Parts: sequence; C-alpha cells; structure tokens
Amino acid sequence: MSVATENEGLPSLDVVVPEATREQITGRTLRQIAWMRLRRDRVAKVSVAILLVIVFLAVFAPVLCGLLKVDPYTFHSEVISDNGGLPIGKWGGVSKAHPLGVEPGTGRDILARLLYGSRISLLIAGSAALITVVTGVVVGIVAGNSRGWVDKVLGRFMDLTLAFPVLLVIIAMSPVLEQRVVAAGVPDGNTSRVITLIIVLSVFGWPYLARLIRGQVLGLREREFVEAAISLGASNRRILFKELLPNLWGPILVYTTIAVPGLIGAEATLAYLGISVLPPTATWGSMLEESVGYFTVDPFYFCVPLTMLVAAVLSFNLLGDSLQDALDPKAGRK
Amino acid sequence: MFPYIIRRLGLMVVMLTLLSIVTFLLFNAVPTDPAMLTCGKSCTPELVAANRIRLGLDQPLYVQYIDWIKAIFVGRTYGSGTQTFPCNAPCLGYSFRNGEEVTVMIKAALPITIYLALGAFVLWMVFGILSGIYAAKHHTEWQDRVIMGVALVGYSLPVFFIGLVLLIFVVVRLHLLPYPDYVAPQTNPVQFLQTMILPWISLAILYAAYYTRLTRSQMLETLSEDYIRTARAKGLPESVVVRKHGFRAGLTPIVTSAGLDLAGLLGGAVITEYIFSLPGLGRLSIGAVTEYDLPTITATVLVAATFVIVANLIVDMLYAAIDPRVRLS
Repeated sequence: MSVATENEGLPSLDVVVPEATREQITGRTLRQIAWMRLRRDRVAKVSVAILLVIVFLAVFAPVLCGLLKVDPYTFHSEVISDNGGLPIGKWGGVSKAHPLGVEPGTGRDILARLLYGSRISLLIAGSAALITVVTGVVVGIVAGNSRGWVDKVLGRFMDLTLAFPVLLVIIAMSPVLEQRVVAAGVPDGNTSRVITLIIVLSVFGWPYLARLIRGQVLGLREREFVEAAISLGASNRRILFKELLPNLWGPILVYTTIAVPGLIGAEATLAYLGISVLPPTATWGSMLEESVGYFTVDPFYFCVPLTMLVAAVLSFNLLGDSLQDALDPKAGRK
Repeated sequence: MFPYIIRRLGLMVVMLTLLSIVTFLLFNAVPTDPAMLTCGKSCTPELVAANRIRLGLDQPLYVQYIDWIKAIFVGRTYGSGTQTFPCNAPCLGYSFRNGEEVTVMIKAALPITIYLALGAFVLWMVFGILSGIYAAKHHTEWQDRVIMGVALVGYSLPVFFIGLVLLIFVVVRLHLLPYPDYVAPQTNPVQFLQTMILPWISLAILYAAYYTRLTRSQMLETLSEDYIRTARAKGLPESVVVRKHGFRAGLTPIVTSAGLDLAGLLGGAVITEYIFSLPGLGRLSIGAVTEYDLPTITATVLVAATFVIVANLIVDMLYAAIDPRVRLS
C-alpha cells in the first residue's frame, strides 16, 4: 500500500488555509524569538558593543600601545614630582604622551597598564567561567538524569561546597595550592599565579549552575522526546548530551553572562586583599588595589581602572538581564 | 512534620561530619608540613620537631582528625610531661602564633561579627524589599527604571568600593565621624554606634542592591498571576493585594537567600571588617591566613560553614510556615 492512497478523497490542506494567514503563522523556534527580541533590545546592543570594544582593546593591547608609543613597564621619572612622586599636572598627569595619566611613584603609563591588565583580568575571568560552566553543566545533567544515590551524593556534594566561606578558603588555599601547581611542573611566577587564581575561582562557582541545570533536567527527562530516544535504544551518553543538552542552552547562556562579571569582581576583591599577579604585571584588580592608597591625592588614578571594571561588569549584567528576558517564553505576554 | 525534622537533623549531622573532614583535610593534608607553619621565621629544626609532637602532628592523619573532633566535645591536653596546655571543650585547637586557645579567640570575635551582620541584615532587608516592591508596582514607569538602574550599578561595583569610599569621605575628608575604633555596646554605646554605622551601611548597600532585584522579579512574577486579578476583582484594596496576595506568595526565594546570606555573613564579613578594622571573625581569619595560623583557619572555616548548614535547615523549616503549599515530607 502506497502512502498516497491513504490521503485519497481528503481535501488538500492548502485549500483551507488562505495564503496570507499561512505566512503569518509560520512557526518560530524559541531561539529565533529570542534572537529577534535581542536585536530589538537597545540595552543589549549597547552592552554587546561595549564588551566588544573592551575585548578588542585587550586582544590588541600590544598593537595599540605600539601605535600610541606607550609601554606598561617603563618608569618615567620626568612626569612625576620629585617629592612625593605625584604625577605633574592636572588629572593625574594626563598629557599627549600619556593619554590616561601616569602612575604616582613610578610614572608608568596608566593606559598601557590598563590595556595589558585587561588581558589578564579577562583571561582569569573567562577561563574560570568556562571551567565553572562546563563542570556545572556536566554535574547538573548527570545528577538530574540519574535517579537514586548518584543524584543524592552529587546533591550533598553541592550543598557542602556551597557551605564553605568562599573568600576565606580561597585566601587560605591560594599559597598552598600555588606550591602544588609549581610542583606539578608549571613555571613559577605569573604563570603559576594565574593558573592558581583560575582554579580557586572555579572551585566554588559550579554548584549554582549544577543546581539550576539539575532542576531543568528533572522536568525535561519526563518529556516525550527523551522517552522516544530511550525506546529507540539510545545510549545514556546520547540522551545526556544530544537530547538534553541542546534544550539547556538558554539557562547556560544566561548563567555564563552573569558568572563572568562576578568573577571579574572576585578577581578585584582578591587583589584588594593582596592575592593577585606579581608586579610589575597589572590586572584591573591590582591597579585598583595600588590606586586605593592614592585615592585622596590622585583620585583620577583610581577612577581609570574602576571605570573599566564597572563598564565591563555592568555591560555583562545588563546583557544577562536582556538574555533572560529574551529567552523567557512568558515574556511579552504580561 | 516531626519525622521530617528528625530526618533533616540526621542529615545535618552527616553534612557537618563531612564538612569537618573536608575542612580538616584541606588545611592539614594539603600543606606540605603543618608543623613548619607553627613558628614561621623563628623556626629551628628542634622547635619544629617539638611542636610537631606537642600538637600531635606526628600521628597519622586519621588519628589527628579523631583527636581534633574529640577535643570539640570533651577537650584535650596538648603536649606531655611537664609542658602541657589544657584546652577545655569545646576545644577547636591551640594557636601557637597567638599563644591562645582558638575557642577563646573565636568567642571574643563572634559578638562583633553578629552585631555587624544583624545590623546590616535589618537595613538591607527593609530597603531591598521596600524598593523592590515599589519598583514592581511602578513597572515600566520611570520609578522602576531609576531604582533598577541604581541597584544594578550598586550590584556591579567592586565589593570593597562602597566601604572604602564611605570611610574616605565621611571619616577622612569630612570628619563627620571619628575613625572606627570598636568598643562593646555595653561599654560605650555612642562610640559603638559611631563605629558600626558605616560598616552597616556599606554592607547593606551591597546586599540591598541584590534584594531589590530579587524582590522586584518575584513581585512581577506573582502579580501577573490569575489569583491577583481575582483579588483585585473582589475589590480588595491595592495595598492588601500587594502585601497579602503578591508579596506573601513570592516570599520563599527571598527567605532562602536571606537565611543563607545572613549565615554567610555570620562566618565573617571579611572585606568590611578589614576596611573598618573591626576585630570580628573575618578579621580573625584573615589574620590567621596571613600568619599561616592553621588551627585558627581550620576552626574559623568550620564555624562559618556550620552557620550555613544550620541556616539551610532553618530555611527549609521556615518554608512550611510561610508557604502553606509546601508540605514537609
């Protein structure tokens, strides 16, 4: 029996639906709707633009500094006063040669330090976010999809990790952990320092995402398409990563956009407490920490890294909000 | 209800045991030699060897752990022969760096942290919730946008920024308040308030920003429910609709966050205590970290994490009280 005979005698559907209506009811996937909403969202567009500029500045820092003839490490004793070492001139020594002024005490160019510092700050925050998200997603999917003791053990493990006073443990663990990192063959100095920072910042973030993902998976695993995959004999791994994961991109994306600014702030906080890269290398956090001491006499120095950091954090947070609204199926119906 | 509480208490004991094991391993197995850390620069090989035996660090790890836990309940005596230090229960260890029992140091620091946390908690809950509700009521109007803008900026500033700026402007520049110098409230209430007001405000601003966002999104969620329309249709005054039907229903996540945040702060507000030189738990632990005072670090981490685990239990109990839809089973 051929397929065609089954439809014999039935009116063609095309006749029933008029041309115009058919175009209007073209189905959109949630992803298309989200993308459409994002493109209409002015705040999201501005945030993305700011973030692109910051990333561009960081990536091309050596080129830009070369063009502007500034350098993050050279001391310029001629632009700071002899007693006190404060920058000569208004606005922290802003001049043609040093567009954002110079560092008190050393005369190093602030713009160059800011641009080079962006690279390390973004590297730390980005890598830590990546590790956090991957760990959180994998643990969350596994916990959500496995019933019984695996889920319970992972759940308790998440609770336990979340119970620790994060900042304190990070500060206490960093020096010890760095010794271990060096012992594992990583070159001592800023390489081991940055790797240590990335590790300690990643350790405590993942349970938040894992919980979120677990909750989503609990709902998804009862859906028909998962049942269909199981009855077709799909492997556990296929169900986890081919059936469930594609449905989780929304929360993962939103969480990542909110995690990155948190990590940028955490790096700054750690730097303030003295845990940062080794001088003369700079990060946004280490620049803030150094400039705090000059706040009353040279506030401009403090404002430069602060502006950069707040611009990045604010843009990420705003983008996160926009993404959340765009991906919310209920949004726009209220 | 009752069997549920018993089960949760049992689970809490399991969690606390796991917590103590992890904390112990973190600070006793990860460093290469804890005995080396008891004396720092004044270390001689003899002193290290003597301290190792005095503190029982020559024992296998599991024996050390059991001794450590036992001491919390029954106390212990360090050393042997003529040189012994008694350490009464609850003994959390002996700090060689400070020549003092860790429990004594924690007991001295804890009230300060409690005052700090509770004061800030009251401020941020009141301001966060009120401005969140106000913003939600004026959704899509300018009031909402202003409040959310301020909250987002507050939320995006580095943690130490607010405290530092307050300290520099109010104390250093404008001399509106004397330099922070902590005294107990019963000794000198005026100086106590003068010292605590800025730390309270700076912590409160930080958290209020988050609670404003949280309350607003909860309120928007519940205010769009059908039963709110029903309540309005019944002719209930708007204030009752917002308070009893909207806020009450959206309260659960706020209570969860509040419980855990307060518990987290009771473990020490590290940055704020550091900026305002408050000798609370946060300062104690930061000091211990910089001096590599392992017994003190281990104890403060344990105490801080215990607060959070206990708070988890309390929050779960509160759910049932707040939200009749939740059944504890």
